[in-house]
Amino acid sequence: MNKIVAKEYFSENVVKFEVEAPLIAKSRKAGHFVIIRVGDKGERIPLTIAASNTEKGTITIVIQAVGESSKKICALNEGDYITDVVGPLGQATHIENYGTVICAGGGVGIAPMLPIIEAMKKAGNKVISVLAARSKDLVILEKQVAEYSDEVIVMTDDGSYGNKGLVTNGVEMVINREKVDLCVTIGPAIMMKFVSLLTQKYNVPTMASLNTIMVDGTGMCGACRITVGGKTKFVCVDGPEFNAHEVDFDEMLMRLRAYN
Amino acid sequence: MTEQEYIQSRRNEPWRDELRRSMKAKERGDRARVHMPELDPEYRSHSLKEEVNLGLSEEQAVFEAARCLDCANPTCMEGCPVGIHIPTFIKNIERGEFLEAAKVLKETSALPAVCGRVCPQEKQCEAKCIYIQKMKKEPVAIGYLERFAADYEQKSGKMSLPELAPANGIKIAVVGSGPAGLSFAGDMAKKGYDITVFEALHEIGGVLKYGIPEFRLPNSVVEVEIEVLRKMGVKFINNCIVGKTITREDLLEDGYKGIFVASGAGLPNFMNIPGENLIGVMSSNEFLTRVNLMDASNPESDTPVQKGKKVAIIGAGNTAMDAVRTARRLGAERAMVVYRRSEEEMPARLEEVKHAKEEGIEFHTLHNPIRYEGDEKGHVQRMLLQKMELGEPDASGRRSPRPIEGATEWIDVDEVIVSVGVSPNPLIPSTFKGLEMSKWGTIIVNQETMQSALPEVYAGGDIVRGGATVILAMGDGRKAAAAMDKAFNS
Repeated sequence: MNKIVAKEYFSENVVKFEVEAPLIAKSRKAGHFVIIRVGDKGERIPLTIAASNTEKGTITIVIQAVGESSKKICALNEGDYITDVVGPLGQATHIENYGTVICAGGGVGIAPMLPIIEAMKKAGNKVISVLAARSKDLVILEKQVAEYSDEVIVMTDDGSYGNKGLVTNGVEMVINREKVDLCVTIGPAIMMKFVSLLTQKYNVPTMASLNTIMVDGTGMCGACRITVGGKTKFVCVDGPEFNAHEVDFDEMLMRLRAYN
Repeated sequence: MTEQEYIQSRRNEPWRDELRRSMKAKERGDRARVHMPELDPEYRSHSLKEEVNLGLSEEQAVFEAARCLDCANPTCMEGCPVGIHIPTFIKNIERGEFLEAAKVLKETSALPAVCGRVCPQEKQCEAKCIYIQKMKKEPVAIGYLERFAADYEQKSGKMSLPELAPANGIKIAVVGSGPAGLSFAGDMAKKGYDITVFEALHEIGGVLKYGIPEFRLPNSVVEVEIEVLRKMGVKFINNCIVGKTITREDLLEDGYKGIFVASGAGLPNFMNIPGENLIGVMSSNEFLTRVNLMDASNPESDTPVQKGKKVAIIGAGNTAMDAVRTARRLGAERAMVVYRRSEEEMPARLEEVKHAKEEGIEFHTLHNPIRYEGDEKGHVQRMLLQKMELGEPDASGRRSPRPIEGATEWIDVDEVIVSVGVSPNPLIPSTFKGLEMSKWGTIIVNQETMQSALPEVYAGGDIVRGGATVILAMGDGRKAAAAMDKAFNS
């Protein structure tokens, strides 16, 4: 059982939890995720670790209420317990000094991108973060992102904040302006697909952190499998990050609808 | 005293001698082997959680126990990977001392109620019974009797604990709480070690919980046996992945002097044929984990599972039988086993194949899927099967299947469960630097001691063997415990 020590609403449906998990806090790296389960009948849900505090022994997760399970989790309060938290899972992000890195995050995907932004900056990269959301209220973590970014570009669908347009408009603007060595993208699958198509056009190497259906998260079942470069990969153990230009996003989008 | 002398001294106890004389050997041998009462096939093919085999009554058990001739040289014991004192427990049943019989089982087996249910006895102890070896008669139903004694004790509420040696304060870590890990933990706890078992999932038991269904092995039965280990002082930590949550270095720093790796072969194999990533195609591990561990067919569970009407299971091992019978119980009108060899080569237990047939499972032997096609939403709709024939025996004596050119057939399906084996989980090998690995990804150990290339690391079960059986995993755990104990005492 892992105690929730802090809860914060980023928006009406997006909640940040700080959860006691000292061993995970100590061993996690940027890009890792956890599987959590709430209650005896709860399902196992993958969530990327957004931050950790080794002194307090806590990890931070950000979750958006979209389905039954995530609503149930978002309804938990400070002092409540999460029945199971297991991790850190997956491969850590490969961090090095690439030069100029665009970090393109959409919606709640900005939370798992934050540790990558931080690590990329600390490795000496010039980091340009492009944050996208439907409207102003849904732009999260802008201040924290800014702390480790050389530049932050905010895009909103309705133009209620920052620039009007999609994440791809922001990314393309940067690519047209200067040499970009790497693009990292995290967000809804459809968004990552279009970022990937765009950067492919410009020959900018791109990593996407994929969010598929998972059960155990340890490579045991293959529920999360996708096709990368023509080969079947398990997102939970081989990923979650892959060369976006090799990912079959259409198949991934199809598989995400398995239980809809 | 050697093991042989110990077996003899037990056999020479006055009550055993008297019991042997109480009935003529011929009279014992003329008795027909008892049949296990089971649920009606039509009824049970709709009942996911009720156990099919109902267990022997006391009268049946005593009657069957008397068939055992109490051989001077009990060959049956050679067939048991954990070396259960088979005639000793059976003779205790014959004289009505059921709790005594259960105690004998627990001397060498941490999970007798499990083994009595899932062991392939026809290939192990019962295959070595004198009846089948020398007399061409049906062997003593050792598995049924083991299950009877273990269940009797569980139901009596008087679970005995094995005798424990005084605590020696030596900390040992076990990676994985499946059959190999539990067997090792039980033996080491008896020898006085301070044992902690680390499990990645939220439940203890490994394949016994997520894999084998309730209708074959109720979780409550597994839970009772785990509870006995707890009472023996074994500590369990769930949600902890050795190699990820904590490392080997962390364990050594925490004062653990030995590590037993029993992390299993959890990675499902796929066939890499077109359409295998369509919706509705999944591994048997995924399907069984959803149903068994996550209770997905229960409306109160948050985990969903697809319930196909026309379900094909690819493969014919025990896992395939578990999956196809589960699919049937979830409402499949057609539940099919597709296997590329013939029935003779099927690796599943005979009893499971028989049960599956009784429950209306179709068997498409000498067929192999070569592609799947889906509807516009990506949901699997049909599979193309290639008809096969068996060729000449190869070097290993196995006849390999080969396609019959041009002989293919489409069959409509809305769910496909791929059960063509598992590969060893690479997590431990990739994080324990210095382990020696085979090309199949298994950990190489000394076959006598189960010790790996890292002196403090022993390993057993599927991570050493690839996909094998519960009882072989338990045998490895027992062997590793004996060897590790010897290493500490020398």
